[in-house]
Amino acid sequence: MLLFLLAAAVAVAASLAVVLGRNPMHSVLLLIVSFAALAALYIGLDAPFAAVVQIIIYAGAIMVLFLFVVMLLNAHREDEGTGGAALGGRPLAAGAALAIVLAAELAWAVLRTRRAGGSWMGAGPESDGTALQSVRTLGGVLYSEYSLAFEVTSLLIIVAMVGAVVLARRES
Amino acid sequence: MVPLGHYLFLSAVLFAVGTVGVFLRRNVITVLLSIEVMLNAVNLAFIAFGRFQGSVHGQVIMFFVVTVAAAEAAVGLALAIALFRHRESLNPDAFTSLKW
Repeated sequence: MLLFLLAAAVAVAASLAVVLGRNPMHSVLLLIVSFAALAALYIGLDAPFAAVVQIIIYAGAIMVLFLFVVMLLNAHREDEGTGGAALGGRPLAAGAALAIVLAAELAWAVLRTRRAGGSWMGAGPESDGTALQSVRTLGGVLYSEYSLAFEVTSLLIIVAMVGAVVLARRES
Repeated sequence: MVPLGHYLFLSAVLFAVGTVGVFLRRNVITVLLSIEVMLNAVNLAFIAFGRFQGSVHGQVIMFFVVTVAAAEAAVGLALAIALFRHRESLNPDAFTSLKW
């Protein structure tokens, strides 16, 4: 429980800082902190492999890509002119209101499910989680039941790669 | 053991935080980062549900979400670079015409 509270607090604080910070560089680095907190939560959920993937792929690869682009575009001087949290006025209020409504709606949905006899929401898991920790089980499911989705994913990656190269290419 | 409801609440809060970012930020890169926050909130919900169902499928779906997030980041950042090259700006409000 302590681990959960700690990791949850870090994740929420870091995510808020990501969203509200002015400097994209800080945002990217704080997002890595948030990912690390989520990885700790995954360990608490008996998903160590997911935690490792979160750190290596997400924090390691994807965030480096972001950092690279932030540096390439020299974007620290963002939010000038029309920009930023300095946006102010009606758009800011509308966005904040929409987000608060969304949060309230999600919380309401969770609470309602709990009240409507979803006693499993408040209880711990019935089963022991050690079976879920096995990478062997995970691989078995991934390469048998989800093999089609897995292959389609490789296609998606190729399309994304070609698309990225085409989009970022300098027109000559 | 922490009950499932706690994880779902945390997931909802993180998702809302990401939504705030998408609505409020005026920088293409920060908007993409906010989308990553939202994807992570969903990942947390998947893994928590999987754990409490005693099945491994939540983790498998989390891997697919990570893959799609990687593809999304690659294409999104390529778009950001292309847009920056044309307009010298990362403000989404600068990109209002379809062709230039």
